[in-house]
Amino acid sequence: MYSEKIFKEFRHPKNIGEIKNPDGVGKVGNPVCGDVMHIYIKVGKNKKGEEIIKNVRFRTFGCIVAIANSSLLTKMVKGKSLKDAEKITKKDLIKGLGKMPPIKYHCSILALDALRKAIQDYKNKKGKAVK
Amino acid sequence: MKRRIYLDHAATTPLDKRVLKEMEPFFSERLGNAGSLHSFGQEAREAVEKAREDIAKAINAGQEEIYFTSGGTESDNIALQGVMKANREKGKGLVTSAFEHHAVLHTAQHLEKKGFDVNFLPVTKEGFVELSEVEKALHKETVLVSIMHANNEIGTVQPVKEIGEMCRERGVLFHSDAVQTVGKEKIDVQKMGIDLLSASAHKFYGPKGVGFLYKRAGVKAEPIAFGGGHEKGLRSGTENTPGIVGMASALKLAVKEMAEDNARERKLRNKLIDGCLEIKDGWLNGAREPRLACNAALGFDFVEGESMVLMLSDKGIAASTGSACSTKSLEPSHVLRAIGLPHVKCHGSLRFTLGRNTSAKDIDYVLQELPKIVQRLRKISPLGGK
Repeated sequence: MYSEKIFKEFRHPKNIGEIKNPDGVGKVGNPVCGDVMHIYIKVGKNKKGEEIIKNVRFRTFGCIVAIANSSLLTKMVKGKSLKDAEKITKKDLIKGLGKMPPIKYHCSILALDALRKAIQDYKNKKGKAVK
Repeated sequence: MKRRIYLDHAATTPLDKRVLKEMEPFFSERLGNAGSLHSFGQEAREAVEKAREDIAKAINAGQEEIYFTSGGTESDNIALQGVMKANREKGKGLVTSAFEHHAVLHTAQHLEKKGFDVNFLPVTKEGFVELSEVEKALHKETVLVSIMHANNEIGTVQPVKEIGEMCRERGVLFHSDAVQTVGKEKIDVQKMGIDLLSASAHKFYGPKGVGFLYKRAGVKAEPIAFGGGHEKGLRSGTENTPGIVGMASALKLAVKEMAEDNARERKLRNKLIDGCLEIKDGWLNGAREPRLACNAALGFDFVEGESMVLMLSDKGIAASTGSACSTKSLEPSHVLRAIGLPHVKCHGSLRFTLGRNTSAKDIDYVLQELPKIVQRLRKISPLGGK
């Protein structure tokens, strides 16, 4: 039903929790549909001077796939530039997790939405408008 | 060896070893087709008819009123489709409840699409169909009322005797999906005014893939599948001799041991419920009684059922979620929605169903592990106070 990768990610999720004074927060979902995700980011700069996700944490209410997605996505983006983080697609996440029923693909979309919202939130705070 | 505790008996039960022994000869040396004339066939026929007699006795029916099927789903389909189609001259009215098993619910929805007039009755917050609702729904053209004996998710036992009596007075046929109760609750189709009843062997320690339909003599029903005219034309297909023999044997044992099994399970079940209710923001779905002795349908705020089921499974405990986000559907359980549980709470449901082999130690182990799991998931969840 689910791949071993999903089970593994669910059993040992990384980056759970919140960040105090985060630079960006993305909250998506609705308890009514059964999935709620909160992603918190702290932004820093790398040696090249690019803005990167220095720290990222999540809280998720949802099924096994939703939690696995949240954990995997936070692992993928940690240390990445905002630009690269924004390039991650649903396909990348699904590829990273392996086999799941298509009905669960929306969990990946939800995680990405939360991340993008958090980045947007950071940019808004900085007064930067996004194209 | 890793500890494994099976607490999902409402899904299916293990085949009783005593039953297996009775079934075994019918797989090989007593191979006959009950429809054959030779001695092999006669032997099989004899076994099938003996099983029919035993099953009839167990529910106080006549032998000729028992029809063998492949299980609960097929029995429900014959009862609903077969009766509605065969009684068109009386009317198009079917009355059922909003929290029936999908075998009834989806069949009723199908009939509705085909032009029948179907009424899905609401149920109370406590998980019961009210007699007054049934009465209100009955009209001149009502052919059949179909109300389950006990709900498969929350275990509440419905007032079928009262409903049966009312249907009888009003000249309406009454079907009950008793898949969860046959072998677990006393059933007397005469006293309870039941005209049709569905059962499935694997719910009472019999084999999978076999069940029966009780249809009172004289009740008109059409077959839903056609073939060689077995089971008096109502259900064609070669009789599943080992399955039928196993079902009868399992039912006899279940009826004999019912009082004892129920008393033991109810005590353990209450211990489990009480222990779970000590977990903060935990609750019981449906009234505590009348409820199947084996059923503990619980819920926990801020966590999701599927996650709990997998974490319990990692601890060797098999439970189920009657709820949302199952792999098949994202919709929350129609049963929990019918009892008025808000969506968000539907997602946090967890069902344990005990069985003959459940021990006090098993319950202690669950009560030791479950609070930790709920706590762990709450730490991940953005809902609820931290």
